Amino acid sequence: MSRLNAHDGNPLGTRRGSPVRKAFSSPLASVFVIAVTVLWTIPTLGLLVTSLRPKQDVTADGWWNAFVHPDLGLGNYHTVLFEGGSGVSTGLMPFLVNSLAISIPATLFPLVLAAMAAYGLAWVRFRGSDTVFFVVFALQVVPIQMALIPLLRLFSGGAHLGSLTLIPPVDLKGSYAPVWLAHTMFALPLAVFLLHNFIAQLPRDLMEAAVVDGASHFKIFRSIVLPLCTPALASFAIFQFLWVWNDLLVALTFAGGTPEVAPMTVRLAQLAGSFGGRWELLTAGAFLSIIVPLIVFFSLQRYFVRGLLAGSVKG
Amino acid sequence: MTPNPTAPSKSSRRRLVAAPALLAALALTAACSNSSGGSGDGGGGAQTLSGDCAKYQPYAGHSGTTVTMFASILSPESDNLEKSWAEFGKCTGIKISYEGSNDFESQLPVRVAGGNAPDFAIIPQPGLLAQMVKSSKVVKPPAQTVANQDKWSPVWKTYGSVNGTFYAAPMSANMKSLVWYSPKTFKAAGYEVPKTWADLMALSDRIAKAGGGKPWCGGIASGTATGWPATDWLEEVVLGTYGGDVYDQWVGHQVKFSDEKITAAMKTVADWMQNPAWVNGGYGDVKSIATTTFQDAGAPILTGKCLMLQQASFYKAQWPKDTKIGPDGDIFAFHLPAVNPAIASPVEGGGEFLTAFASRPEVQAVQNYLSSSDWASSRVKTATGWVSANQGVDKSLYTDPIDRLSADALTDPGATFRFDASDMMPAAVGSGQEWKSLTAWFAEGQSIQKTAADIDAAWPQ
Amino acid sequence: MSVPGTPSPAVALAGGAWGDAAIKFANSFGAIAGFLGILLVVFFAAGRARGRLARPLAVAVFLGPAVLLLLVGLVVPLLRTGYLSLLNDDGTRFVGGENYGWAFTTESVQEVLVNTLLWLVIAPLVATGLGLVLALLVDRMRGQAVYKSLIFMPMAISLVGASIIFKFVYESRGPGQSQIGLLSQLAVALGWDDPPNWMLSQPLNTFLLMAVMVWVQTGFAMVVLSAAIKAIPDEITEAARLDGAGGVRLFWYVTVPMIRTTVVVVLTTVMITTLKAFDIVRTMTGGNFGTQVLANEMYSQSFVQFNTGHGSALAVILFLAVLPLVAYNIVQLRKERGVR
Repeated sequence: MSRLNAHDGNPLGTRRGSPVRKAFSSPLASVFVIAVTVLWTIPTLGLLVTSLRPKQDVTADGWWNAFVHPDLGLGNYHTVLFEGGSGVSTGLMPFLVNSLAISIPATLFPLVLAAMAAYGLAWVRFRGSDTVFFVVFALQVVPIQMALIPLLRLFSGGAHLGSLTLIPPVDLKGSYAPVWLAHTMFALPLAVFLLHNFIAQLPRDLMEAAVVDGASHFKIFRSIVLPLCTPALASFAIFQFLWVWNDLLVALTFAGGTPEVAPMTVRLAQLAGSFGGRWELLTAGAFLSIIVPLIVFFSLQRYFVRGLLAGSVKG
Repeated sequence: MTPNPTAPSKSSRRRLVAAPALLAALALTAACSNSSGGSGDGGGGAQTLSGDCAKYQPYAGHSGTTVTMFASILSPESDNLEKSWAEFGKCTGIKISYEGSNDFESQLPVRVAGGNAPDFAIIPQPGLLAQMVKSSKVVKPPAQTVANQDKWSPVWKTYGSVNGTFYAAPMSANMKSLVWYSPKTFKAAGYEVPKTWADLMALSDRIAKAGGGKPWCGGIASGTATGWPATDWLEEVVLGTYGGDVYDQWVGHQVKFSDEKITAAMKTVADWMQNPAWVNGGYGDVKSIATTTFQDAGAPILTGKCLMLQQASFYKAQWPKDTKIGPDGDIFAFHLPAVNPAIASPVEGGGEFLTAFASRPEVQAVQNYLSSSDWASSRVKTATGWVSANQGVDKSLYTDPIDRLSADALTDPGATFRFDASDMMPAAVGSGQEWKSLTAWFAEGQSIQKTAADIDAAWPQ
Repeated sequence: MSVPGTPSPAVALAGGAWGDAAIKFANSFGAIAGFLGILLVVFFAAGRARGRLARPLAVAVFLGPAVLLLLVGLVVPLLRTGYLSLLNDDGTRFVGGENYGWAFTTESVQEVLVNTLLWLVIAPLVATGLGLVLALLVDRMRGQAVYKSLIFMPMAISLVGASIIFKFVYESRGPGQSQIGLLSQLAVALGWDDPPNWMLSQPLNTFLLMAVMVWVQTGFAMVVLSAAIKAIPDEITEAARLDGAGGVRLFWYVTVPMIRTTVVVVLTTVMITTLKAFDIVRTMTGGNFGTQVLANEMYSQSFVQFNTGHGSALAVILFLAVLPLVAYNIVQLRKERGVR
């Protein structure tokens, strides 16, 4: 397994051809890859082109006609961003801010907590730590829809044991805290699983040397584990950021639809409803919503696979 | 079913532009409400409102409070709502924080069950209202709101009641028994507006044989609520064939869907909206009704590819903004005749009910105001396309011909008025199986017997 | 922490979108700083513990928060759902297995189960298979970074967004009218005068919806598998080649076994995503026209139709359906640990 860590793992890097690869190389293969790439790109391109066309063109003929009679403009974006309508806002701006204000903490919290748990399960071994790990792994498949009502009840009413208040109720209105908490809970199983795979493979000698030097678990975690598993942390962070950014259900339930806290997705769902058949506005809104994840993805993608791979690759 | 009567509007551009300015004004007044209009010194006692604000005196004394409201009404229609209570908010200092969602029907139960209910929900379905009352989170209205109900015809009060107890004041009322058509096209072709069902069918036949456009178009796609316009067609026919009593028994499931009466009504609908020679003008075959959105359904009327569309009064918002609507214009509507001439003027209607989940004084003040004829008049004056069944509203305020037509029908004492049946039925049927099964009936050519049996099977035991 | 929605009057006066944004970000970063600060203090304090207490304390600090959140957020709701699935629809009467009986005997639910099964088998297999083929082919091409990035791009798009994109691709107009959907236009261009209304054509429509999932997940499978193939030590393939293994044999007897674990993990991840995803069906057909899947039916039963008993039973079935997959993964992991 340590071979993997030595390997650069850059998914986009070039590499000398291996025999297997050579066996699969032929002009036909290139044509196939190019065809798939084109096929995979066209729908998004169609979205972009549609969002730039005026309304009458969108419903009159297909977007590919825009290449024959170009009549493109940013009018739809202007409408969506600044004339959003609905008495609650003047456009998508506040929702964009909310999306960021929700996504960043909701990525960081589970990241840190899961790294701690993964370290605890991997290196502070105790009786039953394997069982705990497997249970956490299995929790990935719990349908989160089922957790909505119990969680909302907990946040709004607190938890009580008889007359003793265990957890005080939170004021849900206009606060991000419930959304952060809910996302953190739902993200933990996958996060613990991925990070555990990585952390468990750190070299044993390194850990033992640190213990001999008298370092506590906390010191080891901070000064050895965290720096070494940066790739894994980065790959999970991307995963989680994309997930939170694109989430509708959790946000709608725990944040509601007001511009104080609601993210872009909630707003777009409202737009989809209120614009109905207005494809040109819907496409502009949809394209706006994928810009930030695309930036995040393209700037961090080289970390993505490195962290994800550990534990699943047999070297 | 009226999941979102106000949804998309092709004519919304102008109103959308107006919204930001209004919002800015709202935000400003909310922020410094104490200084405007009233003399509110906030010294603990009741404020005294003067000048233009004097009429809001009964609601004074809660300056600086906020009331939340959750509904399915989206922009631009929700902008008109907010405009209609802007002055109230400015004078009393009560901020109404409005949230519209197209997931309203599933989000409201989640939030209520989760203990995070809004102060108010505007519920369009008496069935959902009953479900909420069952959760025992709905608060009974204050005495003043109850008193305001005298302005409504008694039947509306019963729709806002559950098991005889009044809970929710009706806000808007819409008229569903309309057929949209183009007076211009009719005139050019020499067609007359039909007065009876037989005339309507004869006219349809004539149009179909004339070539040109098809007589009818329709669309029942509406996202997760796909199928609701089809429930309206069935309801119109049941009400117009058998009258109010059978209709009420059908709502109560004493008359089942598989009852001969209802399957016969389904047959009538099939002969009308599933007639391959008659539909779906501008879109394709019968099945295309299932994938055409209800918003788009009427568009071919403007191009003559289709001549008639059965849709409610709120469909007015769907016409492009430069469409001339009126008896001599591009577009107008006539009252759908009764299938059985013995039934006097059947009118199917829908509406929305203001349901409170809190009893704080400011919540009650808002509830009192929104159930008053003052507010209803204010909303009517704000913009057209909204009708109140409140008889305290001066009918001369309705400047739009469709609004006036609807208001007349809704307040006509001789009419056989009934509320949308699917909205009254339990949600498992009215917002579930009936939509699904009727959609399958249109999209997959499923038999009437199977469609009816499936719906009956979903009725809660 | 302060509430972003209700700024103090002074702040409201400062107002403006930027002021608003600044307050919101201050909230988020304040929360992050607070969170990390508390952790540091706890670490510092707990790190000083020595002796017999040190170990249990470390376990509690490292695992406590995550386990507590998981208990509250997932375990308790899971148990509650299991309990509700044994009650009737308004939760007032114990009905035993009646809801499960309903699920397996009602025709429309059977259709949902069959659809879900199709989704579970086909979408992950196609996405992973296509991803594997692409992984093998793309690496020897010039400009592979461009191809990989473009194929991986849909992964960054939400399922709702992807559904909107494909709704547009599948849009259909009647004969004689100008098509605005790409698929219909292609069909017309290929000489099919009157292409069907795709979303109504059963059972084709279910596969068209799956195509959206494949579109989103293939890039993920490709990138992960590509890296796994690269991680195979050259000595191994070299040795096999010296033994006379050709390209295809090399692939089956060396490459595939070497990356098997990765393939299983990719399959599992895509499968779990597929099972939980209700956005595609919800957005594109609303579950009509015979395309309904379990996750969407469960949501509708529970929250729209108030059949909590039925909805909960479907949730439990959903959970149990994936459990074998998880169990298989666990067995694999155990084996690996045993080896190590």
